Parts: sequence; structure tokens; C-alpha cells
Amino acid sequence: MAEFLQFLFSGLTVGAIYALVGLGFSIIYNASHVINFAQGEFVMLGGMGTVSLMLAGLPMYVAIPLAVCLVVAVGLLLEKFAVEPARNAGVITLIIITIGASILIRGVVEVALGKDFHRLPSFTGETPIIIGGAALQPQGLWVIGALVIVVAALRWFFEHTRLGKAILATSYNPLAAQLVGIDVRTILLVSFGLSAALGALAGILTAPITLTKYDIGIMLGLKGFAAAILGGLGSSYGAVAGGLALGMIEAMSAGYISSAYKDAVAFVIILGVLFFMPSGLFGTRRTERV
Amino acid sequence: MTIVSRRHALGVLAAGAVLACTGAAQAQQPIKIGSFLSITGGASFLGDPEAKTLRLYADRINKAGGVLGRKLEIIIYDSAGDAKQAVTFARRLIEEDEVDMIVGGSTTGETMAVVPLVTEAEIPFISLAGANVIVEPVKKWVFKMPHSDRMAVEKSYQDMKKRGLTNVAIIGGSGGFDQSCRKEGHALAGKYGLKVVADETYAPTDSDMSPQLTKIKNTPGVQVIFGCGFGAPTSITARNWKQLGMTNIPFYFNHGVASQQFIDGAGGGAEGIRIPVPALLVAEQLPAGDPQREVSLAYIKAFKEAYNLPPSGFGGHAYDGLHIALDAIKRANSTDKAKVRDAIESTKRFIGADGIYNMTPQDHMGLSLDSFKMVEVRNNTWKLIE
Repeated sequence: MAEFLQFLFSGLTVGAIYALVGLGFSIIYNASHVINFAQGEFVMLGGMGTVSLMLAGLPMYVAIPLAVCLVVAVGLLLEKFAVEPARNAGVITLIIITIGASILIRGVVEVALGKDFHRLPSFTGETPIIIGGAALQPQGLWVIGALVIVVAALRWFFEHTRLGKAILATSYNPLAAQLVGIDVRTILLVSFGLSAALGALAGILTAPITLTKYDIGIMLGLKGFAAAILGGLGSSYGAVAGGLALGMIEAMSAGYISSAYKDAVAFVIILGVLFFMPSGLFGTRRTERV
Repeated sequence: MTIVSRRHALGVLAAGAVLACTGAAQAQQPIKIGSFLSITGGASFLGDPEAKTLRLYADRINKAGGVLGRKLEIIIYDSAGDAKQAVTFARRLIEEDEVDMIVGGSTTGETMAVVPLVTEAEIPFISLAGANVIVEPVKKWVFKMPHSDRMAVEKSYQDMKKRGLTNVAIIGGSGGFDQSCRKEGHALAGKYGLKVVADETYAPTDSDMSPQLTKIKNTPGVQVIFGCGFGAPTSITARNWKQLGMTNIPFYFNHGVASQQFIDGAGGGAEGIRIPVPALLVAEQLPAGDPQREVSLAYIKAFKEAYNLPPSGFGGHAYDGLHIALDAIKRANSTDKAKVRDAIESTKRFIGADGIYNMTPQDHMGLSLDSFKMVEVRNNTWKLIE
């Protein structure tokens, strides 16, 4: 039993990390149908930014908001100077631009902040919580708590605010949205800022668990992307379900089948799901009207 | 016919003149040492301090008048941990830069990819990478500096045996370095009377190793854990080990974690873990008579002065590589490739940062097991325990 609980806790913690990162993909996808491959870099910038500011002598509670602001600025700049000038170029081009941006950001951080890996201290100490003989990291609770709050906040934002509804409207039909007076350009800018903030938050919350490094965005971005795809791109619940499912599959297959094949098991399950449900667990099937 | 032979004669004359000129110029020409290192990418924790070390000492040696009255020129390329790039750069070093020898190759993959090239070009090559396969079987033109993964395993197993711990659980990543260490871990267990009772793997991208450690914890009879790996996953493993309350099972790691980053990243979780490390990391703790003490302290001082931070254990490989190369050039009294190769092979009692080298035609690494020092992490730093 203790063994099962331990795998469960591990799966939950890791799954919540994937989910939090995966959520960032859905906002920009919602606004533009672009998959932002620089999302992992936002996550990395959040963690590395906080670490660097703390190394410069700032206390954690100052460094965190400052780092989030910096990452939001990077997100806005990326949209303004890389994505917006090419906004008529089609989704594939925009995706390639985000890949280029991610390489650039990674390179700049590598040169400016170095190649070492760093760790943020856990927010509430290192002593694990022991439940039924299994250990749960207190930082894992922070990640799970943040996940719940972010999902609730996003739901409220998209369903009850004008801006949120405008983003959804733009996602369904940019032309019609523009006709009813929505400034489509601002929408894309806002969505980049928002997902940069979300990414930074994810990077900071997870840095005590995953550690942070200039190239951690590749790994977290990939897992978060897999979570978002599994759950259904564009759906907040989907990203959460996908992330938790991915984390749980990894932990359980590492525990009960073989740690050497756990990634293979996870990817086979993802492929299986996508084969039968191409738009993911929670994705809405889109029909093209001619 | 006469025209042809006259032309021929002219050609010979011209060639002779050129040769004479180069011969005269050679005395002033710099000694060229080429290098390709993983300065960026996944193995940058190796290549970065290695490149810094090479630049630092090239500078110092030139300021002190060079070698054999000639200046030293170091040409460094960043192969970013990529074997294909390593081959490209090695070819460029040999064909375009016309270097006298190569000191480089941060990783085993890059080194092995370059071996056929240096063998064909007949140019001495000192590798800075870890695995035994580089010098086993012995390759005429290839030498290697640091301790091998096999030695790290042997050193750890020796210590376990001394403490009466016989049932080992291995945990390591799925990368090449980790797998090579794991293989040695299995192969050498019998030699030291140990038994591998569990073997767990994680991916280099994993952020929680609790499931793997839980399995080890629940394997009956586990007395000691041996970790294979480097970088962030090792820190996470150490932290999980502590969080799961497994500190009653002693934990050893291979030398891949011999950096302060490992301790800091583990957030207190590394306390009590034992690691075989190069003497460099515990230079101050070495007894006064230890021959490595002075060399290591001088290297640390020079590195700190130049870069304002202490060197990692890996920069020492480049220190040794460069100095053994220069030592051989001095003894050969030329940069003739064959003579330099023979001189490297006859290196005896060379005291470097990684240990004391005694090369032979059968041993192109030249280090013995006692060049590793067994340390334990105590109060967030290394404590020499032998």
C-alpha cells in the first residue's frame, strides 16, 4: 500500500508540473491556433530569472514577481517583433518562428547566465509529509495548489470577462471577431503576455523540484506539450487531465513495470489515445464548414 | 625531353627553397595544439572548464617564454557534444590548421568518432573523456587523461567491501555515460564479492526518481545504493533518497557528480553520500606530503585568479592533457609527431591534477586507483575520508 501511495504521490507531483506547463500552450493556441514552442523557454526564464535575481542579492519575494514581469516583457516583445510582423503568414510559419525564438532565448540565457544548473529553495521547507508510509514533497502541494487556482482563474477569465470572451471569439473566427469590433492584434499580444506569465509561474514553482538550467525548457516544454496534446489542445481541463495522466503513467509504469521502459509506455499510451481520439481527451472536434 | 627535365629540375629547386625557408621559419613558428571541446550543449559542464583551463595555461606559458623557445598557439573549437561536429573540427585541425597534436574531446562519443581520423593522420591525440573503450584496446596514437568510469566503480566497490556492504542496488540514467558506468557496475561486482540485487533506470529528463528509489527500498536485502550519472538528475535522486527516509541505506555516486552544483542542487539531500573524486576537489585536505597537493593548489589558485571562481573537477583533465603534451614535446625536443607520441607513451611519474601518470605501451591512461580520493558530503562540502 505504501508503495502504491508513493507512486501515486510521485505521479501527482510530476503530473501537476506537466499540467502547469501544458496550460501555457493552450492560451496562445486558443487565440491564434499557433503552438508556441517558446513556451518551455518562458518556463525556463521564470526559474532562471528568479535564481539570478536571488543570486544578485534580492529576497525571494521580490525576485519572484520581478522575474514574472521580465518574462511577460519577453513574451510581449516576442509577439510584437517576431510574431506580429508575420501574422499573415500562416500558422506553420508562426510555429517555426516560435521555434527560432526558443533557440535564441536559450542561447542568450546560456551565454548571459551560464550553463550550470541551479535550485530554488522550497517555499515551505524540505521536510516531506509522510502519509501512510509514503513521502510527499511539500513543494508538490504548492504546484498542485497553484494548478487548481490557475485553472479556476482561467475558467473565470475566459467565461466571465470581456477580454477572455474576446480571445475565445478570435480563436473561433478572427474575421468575424474583427467585424464586431475586437482588436485582433491586441488579443494576440495579450495571450502571449498571459501565457508568458503562466510559464514563468510554472518555472518558479517547479524549480525546487526539477531544478532549473538554461536548457530545461526543452524537457519541460516537451512534456507539457505532450500533456496538452493528450488532453486536447486549447482546453484547460484537457491540459490538466493530460498532465496528470502522463505523470501517473510514468510513475506507475516505472514502479510496476520497468523504469527503463516507462517513457516508452507513456508514449505508446499517448499514441493509442490520439489514434482513437485525434483531438485529445477533452478537445472539441472541429468541423470545417464549407 | 630536355624542356621537361629542366622544368623538373626547376621544380625540385623551388621545392627545396620552400623547404629550406620553412625549416628556418620553424624555429619561430608557434607550437600548435588543437582542441575540440563540448563548450556548449549537454556536456558543457565538462567542456567549459576545460576550454577555460587551456586558454589560461596557454597564456601563462607564453608569458613565461613558451616551450622550446617557441610560442604556444591553442586552437579551440566548440563541438557541442556532437560526434559529427567533432569529426568536422578534428579534420579542420589536422588539414587546415595543421596542428602538431590534439588535446580535446570532452565526451567519449566525440573521442571515439575522431579516433579513425587521428590514426590515419598519425597525429598524437590526448582525449579528455572518461570511458575505458578509448584506450582498450590500445590505439597507437590515442591517449586519455581522466580516470575511467571503471576506476570510479572499483574505488566505490572497494570502499563498500571495507564496510561489509555486499548487496548493491544500481540506479542511473539512460544516457551513454550512465550506461557505461552501469555496465561496469555489473561486471565488477563479482570481483569485489558484491551482488547487484536491483537495477533501476531514469530518463535524463525525469524530475522525480521516487518510484525507482521506492522499488529499491522495497527490494529485500539491499545494503547499499550505487548511482551512475551526472547533472541535474543526480541531484534530484539524492534529494528523493533523503525525502523517502532512505538515508539508512548508504549511497555512493560515481565521479560524474563531483561538483558543488550536485550538492547545492540536492538541497541538503547529498549529506552522507560517498563519491570517488579527483584530488583537486579536496586539495586543501590532502596531507602535506601528498605529491598531488601542490599541483592541485597551484591550479586552483591560477584558475581562481583568472576567472574569479573555483575550478570544477573536470577542468583538471585539460590541465593534465596540456601539460603532458608539453612535457612530451620538451622531452622529444621537437614537434615531430612520431617522436612526441613516443614521448607521451614514456611519461613516467607525471604529477597532474587528476593523479600521477605512468604511461606504458600497454596503458595509454597511466592512472592507478589511488589517484581517486573517496570523499563524503558533510556540511555541504567534500570531506576526505581515507
